[in-house]
Amino acid sequence: MKPSRNVGFYQGLKYQGRGPMLHWMLHRITGVAIVLFVGLHVFASFFMQQTGADLATQVNIVYESWQFQIIVAFIVIFHALNGLRVALLDFWPGFQNQVDQHRALWLQWSVIIPLYALTVFFLVTRSLAES
Amino acid sequence: MRARSVQPAMSFEYFMWIFTRGSGIALILLALIGISGAFLMGARTQMDLATVMRWTFFPNPNHVVNSNIPDVAIGWATAFWQIMQILIIILATTHGYNGLRVVIEDFMGDTYLRPMLRGLIFLLWLFSLIVAIYVILSS
Repeated sequence: MKPSRNVGFYQGLKYQGRGPMLHWMLHRITGVAIVLFVGLHVFASFFMQQTGADLATQVNIVYESWQFQIIVAFIVIFHALNGLRVALLDFWPGFQNQVDQHRALWLQWSVIIPLYALTVFFLVTRSLAES
Repeated sequence: MRARSVQPAMSFEYFMWIFTRGSGIALILLALIGISGAFLMGARTQMDLATVMRWTFFPNPNHVVNSNIPDVAIGWATAFWQIMQILIIILATTHGYNGLRVVIEDFMGDTYLRPMLRGLIFLLWLFSLIVAIYVILSS
C-alpha cells in the first residue's frame, strides 16, 4: 500500500523530526537551488556564446559577483557534505540509530563551519583587495 | 538496533537511488581532483576563490573566460581534463535532474502531468548534456 501523501505544508512542519528532518528539507532546497542556478548558467552561457544576448551576459555577471558566490558556496558545501553523510549512512545502515545520526550531524557541521568560514574569508578579503 | 536485510527487486527507482549516492560520492572525489589540479597549476597566486570554485566543477578554458588570466588554456586543454569534465558533466546533470524529478514527483500524484514533466526534465537533461559536451570538445 502506498503511504498517503495528503499532508499539508504546515502539517508537515509540525512533524517532530528535528535535526535529520531539517537537514532533509535543507538538502532538497539546496539541491533544487543548485539545479536551478547551474541550469540557468548553462543556458545563459550557451546564449551568451551563440547570440551574445544581453540578458544572458547579465545573468553571468551576477553569477561571477562575490556576493552571489558567498551564497553559492554555502549551498554547494552544505549539499555536498550532507549528501556524503546520507550516502555513507545508507551504505552502512548499522549506524542508522538516533545516537549515531546526531553524532553524524555534529561531525558534519564541524566540517562545514570551518570550511565555509575559510571560504567566506578568502572571498571577502580578495574581493575587497581588488575593488 | 540491527539493520534489516532486504533485497529489493531491481527497478528504475532503486537503480536511481543507488546512482544518486554513488554519483554524489564520485562528484566529491572529482571536485577534489579538480581543485588539486587548479592549485598545482598556480591557483593560489593567480586566481581568486570564486574562479577556483568554477574551475573545480568545470575546468574548461571557455568557462573561465572572464578570469583575467593570460595563459588560461595552458595545462587544462588536455585529454585527461576533458575526460574529467565529461565525467563531472554526465554525473552532475544526471544526479541533478533526477533529484529534481524526485522532488517534483513527491509533490504530485499519479496524474497525466507526470509523464509530461518527466519528458520535459528528460529533454532539459539531454540539452544540458549535449551543450556541455559540445563546449568541452570544441575548446
